Amino acid sequence: MANGTIAGNPAEVSFYEYDGKRKGIAGWLLTLDHKRIGILYLISMLSFFAVAVTLGFLMRLEMLSPGETIMKAQTYNSIFTLHGVIMVFLFIIPGIPAVFGNFIMPIQIGAKDVIFPRLNLMSWYLYIIGGAIAIVSLFTGGGIMDTGWTFYAPYSLRSTANISLSVFAAFVLGFSSILTGLNFVTTIHRMRCPGMTFFRMPLFCWGLYSTAWIQILATPVIGITLLLIILERFFGIGVFDPNKGGDPLLYQHLFWIYSHPAVYIMILPAMGVVSDIIATFTKKDIFGYVPIALSSLAIAFVGYLVWGHHMFTSGMSDTARVIFSFLTFLVAIPTGVKVFNWTASLYKGSIDMRAPMLYVMAFIVVFSIGGLTGLVLGTLDTDIHLTDTYFVVAHFHYVMFGGMGLLFFASLHYWFPKMFGRMYNEKTAKVACWVFVVGFNTLYFPMFIMGYLGMPRRYYDYLPEFQIWHVIATVGSWIMITGMIIMFVNLIRGLYKGAIAPENPWGSTTLEWKVPSPPPLENFDEIPVVTHGPYHRDWEDDSLEVVKEVKKH
Amino acid sequence: MSHNSETLAHEVHEGGHAHRDDVGSKMGIWLFLFTELLLFGGMFILYASYRYIYPNDFKAAALELDPILGAVNTVILLTSSLTVVLGIVALTKNNAKLCMTYLWITQVCGLAFLVNKYFEWTHKIHLGIYPNGPALDDMAQGERVFFGLYYTMTGLHGLHVIVGMAFIGFVMWFIHKKYITSTNLQKLENSGLYWHLVDIIWIFLFPLFYLIH
Ligand code: HEM
Ligand SMILES: [Cu+2]
Repeated sequence: MANGTIAGNPAEVSFYEYDGKRKGIAGWLLTLDHKRIGILYLISMLSFFAVAVTLGFLMRLEMLSPGETIMKAQTYNSIFTLHGVIMVFLFIIPGIPAVFGNFIMPIQIGAKDVIFPRLNLMSWYLYIIGGAIAIVSLFTGGGIMDTGWTFYAPYSLRSTANISLSVFAAFVLGFSSILTGLNFVTTIHRMRCPGMTFFRMPLFCWGLYSTAWIQILATPVIGITLLLIILERFFGIGVFDPNKGGDPLLYQHLFWIYSHPAVYIMILPAMGVVSDIIATFTKKDIFGYVPIALSSLAIAFVGYLVWGHHMFTSGMSDTARVIFSFLTFLVAIPTGVKVFNWTASLYKGSIDMRAPMLYVMAFIVVFSIGGLTGLVLGTLDTDIHLTDTYFVVAHFHYVMFGGMGLLFFASLHYWFPKMFGRMYNEKTAKVACWVFVVGFNTLYFPMFIMGYLGMPRRYYDYLPEFQIWHVIATVGSWIMITGMIIMFVNLIRGLYKGAIAPENPWGSTTLEWKVPSPPPLENFDEIPVVTHGPYHRDWEDDSLEVVKEVKKH
Repeated sequence: MSHNSETLAHEVHEGGHAHRDDVGSKMGIWLFLFTELLLFGGMFILYASYRYIYPNDFKAAALELDPILGAVNTVILLTSSLTVVLGIVALTKNNAKLCMTYLWITQVCGLAFLVNKYFEWTHKIHLGIYPNGPALDDMAQGERVFFGLYYTMTGLHGLHVIVGMAFIGFVMWFIHKKYITSTNLQKLENSGLYWHLVDIIWIFLFPLFYLIH
């Protein structure tokens, strides 16, 4: 990407070993280095993720047979709420930007750090504080929240569970998200190295850039909405309470004005990862770079206008419903642009089916199923039949977990050598991916069928004729979790025992692969100068040698 | 919210590479101000929707508010915005002392605004006009929503006044310590911008609640 080699001096110590003013744990908790902050996010996020997976596992166990199986109805309500809140607010939304955005993006644009390092650390603390408040809310007040992750009024105003504190936790997490977005937008505008024009940025940065704008422009709306729930519970201000003249429907509007764009906060950076990985493992420039970059912005923009598709059955005028349905279809256009360009990039590429690439292929299949069923839900008459059934549950797991989740794993494998300086076992990684994908489909595909047959979501009991599908899904959850366990064991093993990673194990072209693995404190010895686009291959030959060498390990 | 990176750069990268970016820091604060506007934007959407649902109740409720009190507070805030600007100008001319005087006036104005608000609220509460209060519970539904919004929006705005005063307080301390000088006044400018935002939001709240009948 840049002229000549700009790799740091190999003798230079990595950011792990570099001892600044503070040593040991304080050196981490007070760090202003974007890479260390990325790692802090990774550790804390995976901990929350493990908890939420366990809760999901318990839910599936409960659904193994009709009637009460392992828990009571109220417990089930709390568990699906908690599962949703943790997965959505603590994993899926912040996931890729907070972990990989923080670690990789500044290096990709040739910067030494983000522009506001202190604000960056503060965002992490807000994330931790938000998570901690959510945990405290479990054990205090009237018990575990039971509203579902959407906190719909008026139930959220009347439930005796500890709603206020959990909602406050989501508010704090929103703040963290806003500050990260603000930091990224400013960083991308101000910190790009010489020659790094906007259209020479890797597509991952474009994904983050569009996302950062959504974080800034949508999150405050959920902030105020959640704040109103709290005020309403404490003081009874009555803006959403129908008894006092308030309108619960307005709550839904405000909630989805944020929460629909939020699905793009989850998916746009993930789609950026796809582009980077495809360019690397096909050894080709990405087809249609500019359309892909701009389609991110287009998705971010149109995504603002479609929130009403969550409210087709809540009471809206027919005109409004038709308009929202139409706008929902429009989002498919820029999304299609991306998918077609990726496919075109694969065409005649020499595809190297490494673990990250395998995850990406799985993503394209699974996400297409999720996206197409989204069209089914976006169509008025089919939605009326399917709304609030398992069909919806299947749909959003296919897009959220199959989309962002799979790509989180892909990123983890792709950047693992860079972040930790070691390799994982390639074969095991692929096995884990296969087991995961098989489990995933066994778990969620039956839900489409159940939903179509009329199984409502958020019920802990069901009619006996649904049992067969529930049993399949539950078994699927075991397979899927097994896949994840294999994956994490493999990665953790790689962390300690893996072969030492070279600077550029995959023969990638973007800047982060031109610094040592793991990078030194300030990323670059001297600020690079960029002379062409991000996926231009000017050093293919020596990088291929490296690939061969790594394969031998 | 924003800070210039000079001191930071030293802390992160003890190797030197001091880097300060005034434009970047200003961009950061502007983006932050956007988020604040959107936060109130959500409230304005609610206000507009409910005004549309209950036009007559909103008129009736607005008559309960005292436009004189509101007007006094408007004048106070506008004055304070002016003194912030004068303070910035004074510091660019290297007159830190005059700058401090202006900032003190700003702080006094902020305080006066809050005291005025306090009397207004306590008077209403005394009359029983507050959520779940006896007088408000007897009113029509639209009036109850009106006062719900009134307390929330002016309360939230009041909170912003306090935060703004805290920002300016820090900046005054920095000026006193000479961390902020005529060649390095980005922090002062940023807190000035924040204060103008607080002012502007009030300029919207004032007619919505006190003037439109
Ligand atoms: C890009 C990633 C996407 C994510 C993360 C996502 C996420 C979600 C979530 C969480 C829900 C459930 C909301 C609830 O609890 O009621 C949902 C429902 C829905 N989604 Fe998506 N979605 C995505 C893409 C799409 C697309 C591409 C479409 C349409 C083209 C779509 C259309 C819908 C509709 C219409 C519903 C409402 C279903 C109902 O409740 O009746 N979504 N989505
Ligand atoms: Cu949506």
